[in-house]
Amino acid sequence: MAVTLADRGYFSWTEWSAALGDELRTATGRGEPDDGSHYYRHWLAVLERLVAAKGLADPQALRLRKEAWAEAYRRTPHGKPVELHPSGAEESRPR
Amino acid sequence: MNDHQPAHHHAEHHGAHDHHGGHEHQAVPSDLALRVKALESLLVDKGLVDPAGLDALVDMYEHKIGPRNGARVVARAWVDSAYKKRLLTDGTAAIAELGYGGTQGEHMRVVENTPAVHNLIVCTLCSCYPWSVLGLPPVWYKSAAYRSRAVIDPRGVLREFGLELADNVEVRVWDSTAELRYLVLPERPAHSEHLSEDELAALVTRDAMVGVATVTIPPAAVQS
Repeated sequence: MAVTLADRGYFSWTEWSAALGDELRTATGRGEPDDGSHYYRHWLAVLERLVAAKGLADPQALRLRKEAWAEAYRRTPHGKPVELHPSGAEESRPR
Repeated sequence: MNDHQPAHHHAEHHGAHDHHGGHEHQAVPSDLALRVKALESLLVDKGLVDPAGLDALVDMYEHKIGPRNGARVVARAWVDSAYKKRLLTDGTAAIAELGYGGTQGEHMRVVENTPAVHNLIVCTLCSCYPWSVLGLPPVWYKSAAYRSRAVIDPRGVLREFGLELADNVEVRVWDSTAELRYLVLPERPAHSEHLSEDELAALVTRDAMVGVATVTIPPAAVQS
């Protein structure tokens, strides 16, 4: 995702690396254990901040969209593909 | 097409899964996974990211760029001593000669395995990896176990990969950074003189270029 956005010129790789480097250094400064899960959390935080800074997607919209996905998982029966707006989902939403 | 009807689902649910207390709905993924889904779907909806393009990109890094670029670099170095010299002197420029460059603008240093020296690459800090020549890093490369143990006990790690080094072989471990990435130039396998550059490239594996394996020649390819 980050590579696509960079390729399309929404931000440069230099901006990306600098932002990621800052995030990782800050995290190390907080004394966080350095493992893979943390790496991706930082990576995502940087991407979220960059798309917000570039006006591509604002934090509020991201939060709402995240809630919508959580809701989609909760209402989708096991074994079915989880979709954000499945047809007929509104009236059959479980209570 | 999604025509499922959750209201009827309880009664006809097949018994393959063991559910508790009637919760037949999907487990909500982690906060991290939800944020990724939110970001991706929002950018796709806005037309900023093409989902097919994303898949193509992942596919490109996994299968096309993958380790094949690195394998071409290695094979060229094996057949062209002048190229090899340039490669070891200025890895970034020599790799760019073959048309491979890093999107992240990182510098490449190529380290050569010899009968006396075995090189191993790691990123102890995170997961810096020579993307432009090796594609996406394997999961084990990003694991805390590999990142810490590759430095403390490289021979032990190599043994777990099935590579037993003689005691008189020196092991050098290279710690990658965002600015400087390493690529191992493996030893050309013995009895490979008759193979073409393309045939040689086909023998070079990702693991060999990370330094957790050596390049071997399949018995069928050995000229009798």
